[in-house]
Amino acid sequence: MTEQAAAAPQRGETSPVAEPMTGAQSLIRSLEAVGVETMFGLPGGAILPAYDPLMDSVKVRHILVRHEQGAGHAATGYAQATGKVGVCMATSGPGATNLVTPIADAYMDSVPIVAITGQVASAAIGTDAFQEADICGITMPITKHNFLVTDPAEIPRVISEAFHIAATGRPGPVLVDIAKDALQARTVFRWPPEHQLPGYRPVTKPHAKQIREAARLLTSAKRPVLYIGGGVIKSGATAELRILAELTGAPVVTTLMALGAFPDSHDQHLGMPGMHGSVAAVTALQKADLLFAVGTRFDDRVTGRLDTFAPHARIVHADIDPAEIGKNRTADVPIVGDAREILADLIQAVQAEFASGTATDYAEWWQQLNSWRKTYPVGYDAAPDNMLSPQQVIERIGQLVGPDAIYAAGVGQHQMWASQFLSFEKPATWLNSGGAGTMGYAVPAAMGAKAGMPDTPVWAIDGDGCFQMTNQELVTCALNNIPIKVAVINNGSLGMVRQWQTLFYEQRYSNTVLHSGPEHDGVAQPAQGTRIPDFVKLSEAMGCVGLRCERPEDLDAVIQQAMAINDAPVVIDFIVHQDAMVWPMVAAGTSNDEILAARDVRPDFGDQLD
Amino acid sequence: MSKHTLSVLVENKPGVLARIAALFSRRGFNIDSLAVGPTEHPDISRMTIVVNVEDLPLEQVTKQLNKLVNVIKIVELDPDAAVRRELVLVKVRADSETRSQITEIVQLFRAKTVDVSPDAVTVEATGSSDKLEAMLKMLEPYGIKELVQSGMVAVGRGARSITDRSLRALDRSA
Repeated sequence: MTEQAAAAPQRGETSPVAEPMTGAQSLIRSLEAVGVETMFGLPGGAILPAYDPLMDSVKVRHILVRHEQGAGHAATGYAQATGKVGVCMATSGPGATNLVTPIADAYMDSVPIVAITGQVASAAIGTDAFQEADICGITMPITKHNFLVTDPAEIPRVISEAFHIAATGRPGPVLVDIAKDALQARTVFRWPPEHQLPGYRPVTKPHAKQIREAARLLTSAKRPVLYIGGGVIKSGATAELRILAELTGAPVVTTLMALGAFPDSHDQHLGMPGMHGSVAAVTALQKADLLFAVGTRFDDRVTGRLDTFAPHARIVHADIDPAEIGKNRTADVPIVGDAREILADLIQAVQAEFASGTATDYAEWWQQLNSWRKTYPVGYDAAPDNMLSPQQVIERIGQLVGPDAIYAAGVGQHQMWASQFLSFEKPATWLNSGGAGTMGYAVPAAMGAKAGMPDTPVWAIDGDGCFQMTNQELVTCALNNIPIKVAVINNGSLGMVRQWQTLFYEQRYSNTVLHSGPEHDGVAQPAQGTRIPDFVKLSEAMGCVGLRCERPEDLDAVIQQAMAINDAPVVIDFIVHQDAMVWPMVAAGTSNDEILAARDVRPDFGDQLD
Repeated sequence: MSKHTLSVLVENKPGVLARIAALFSRRGFNIDSLAVGPTEHPDISRMTIVVNVEDLPLEQVTKQLNKLVNVIKIVELDPDAAVRRELVLVKVRADSETRSQITEIVQLFRAKTVDVSPDAVTVEATGSSDKLEAMLKMLEPYGIKELVQSGMVAVGRGARSITDRSLRALDRSA
């Protein structure tokens, strides 16, 4: 414990400080002291005292959002793009509960954010006071930890602990709920504070014996796969991953959370595994004799039916969270530690194996992998004449904007197409809601990313369903000089749900057509129907440039037009055909062996391996 | 399924019991019994949790518990190397005819009669679950009017203490 206690973040303030001030001033000083540069929030009664000294802070930029959910996702986007802790702030009651979705989202995707909420005065806590909600109780299962502060003297320590907990070990959201009277009371700001976290001891250094065993398995396997998760990006281990991959020659798959951890263009990259992964990636896991899993958690969207997942494989499972190891799949070699340290140690251990005469032989394996890759590339059917296909739009954005930009996606078909048809070459360029599947994530997350990385182009790839959940933050973008681009992939429906209705509900399109009146049956053309709301007008009303693209021949010109605008947010309404589906697909609850490369097309798996 | 006794050292702070209970509920683990109270150190509380799970889910229980920031240490107590006790207070129907029979049972189980009224006696007993169960079975025919039972508390046998090192960690961090 003492290591963590001694390692209290001490950026900003250098010499010990003890100054009398209010709790609110102490809060802002604490945020400055832990290095907060940007935060997102919206004031209200209980947090009001904190907003007064915030006005005078020259170190902290506060971006006033239109809805607290936007502040939460912006903090997440900021954190994912910059690697720093994202910060959001809201008042008590509904302000705080509006943060619940982004907090749950950050928890599922292990994103370090700190949420600060005002609470009613301590004497009123528990009385059902105006705008009172037990936000600590509400967020208990969706935060890494949370604090209720009623004593102003605790503010610096709690803020410092919150940032420490959020950023270290397996990152995650931490909520600090501060009673209004604690903000108003006089106190003494003391910095640096001493942490009191006797029960918080994340393990980062992997066990040498396990590393040697893992290296031995990796070099002796015939059909290994490096199964890479988001932990590799979070720990900044992409360089080490590349060295290990090239050293061994083993194939790599990167999960939805890990896109960019290994270059898409690299010859050893098989793509993304999972429900909508590439046939090569999914099948490689199924046929592997060793899964070398790093920073990943055997999520059900990756494994499909668990009891048929990777049936021939031994498992090396490396993760910073011991509770993930063995949770879904028993590990033959468990390794607890930070992905970067693990991969760095593994490189040495593999080199030692090679030095002692071991040689890997994956030639036969690669032959098979390449045949799957060649036979079943990720592709899509052309759209009907004169219509845009959503995949083409996303692919073209990726080609014209390039892999240096940051892409944020909402949740649904457009998210999967973005994962498939954008090319990711660098870490932290792909932001999405993987675990929680939060529709409406893209716009505020892109806003947060752009606020943190103002010189990097940031594109939100959004669906028309998602866009209608959180587009109000475009006002925030327009007013705060956060010129993001939003590509609305407008198929007039809740596309992913519609796809499931097509496949599993006999094409009965119950409540998935977005723009139609109640009489619409969901089948008749055009489902795009009424075009209510008009996204171009809506965007213009919010201070953005609104563009629309309906024909394939206009595609490049519209994207380039958007790229040329840097003084305002740009929204492009891409009207795409509504029947495009996401393929490949492993239907929910079925085995990965049942993957369909396209509708009714089950690949030939080379089942002789079984 | 099999029963496991976990001794959990936690920070003595508001809300810790709620965190533990919420974790069990959210992760779908069943608590057989839970007892919580202070320890020799004012900043540490000790919970004794009995869970009824197989070995593999037990590992998840302890790993998830360990992730709670307020949890300092978890030890699974081996039943053969631990003293485990429960407390029961039971109000049994008793008249002048049956009172002496009940008193006899109480003595056999080395329990105590702590309250007597014309038509009932209240018995206090401590012991292992098996012993208490056996005693209650004997008392049942007389008519149990009210029964209250504590969660199990347990401590390892021998001189070793599970709190020593944790206390040092706490002192260092304070």
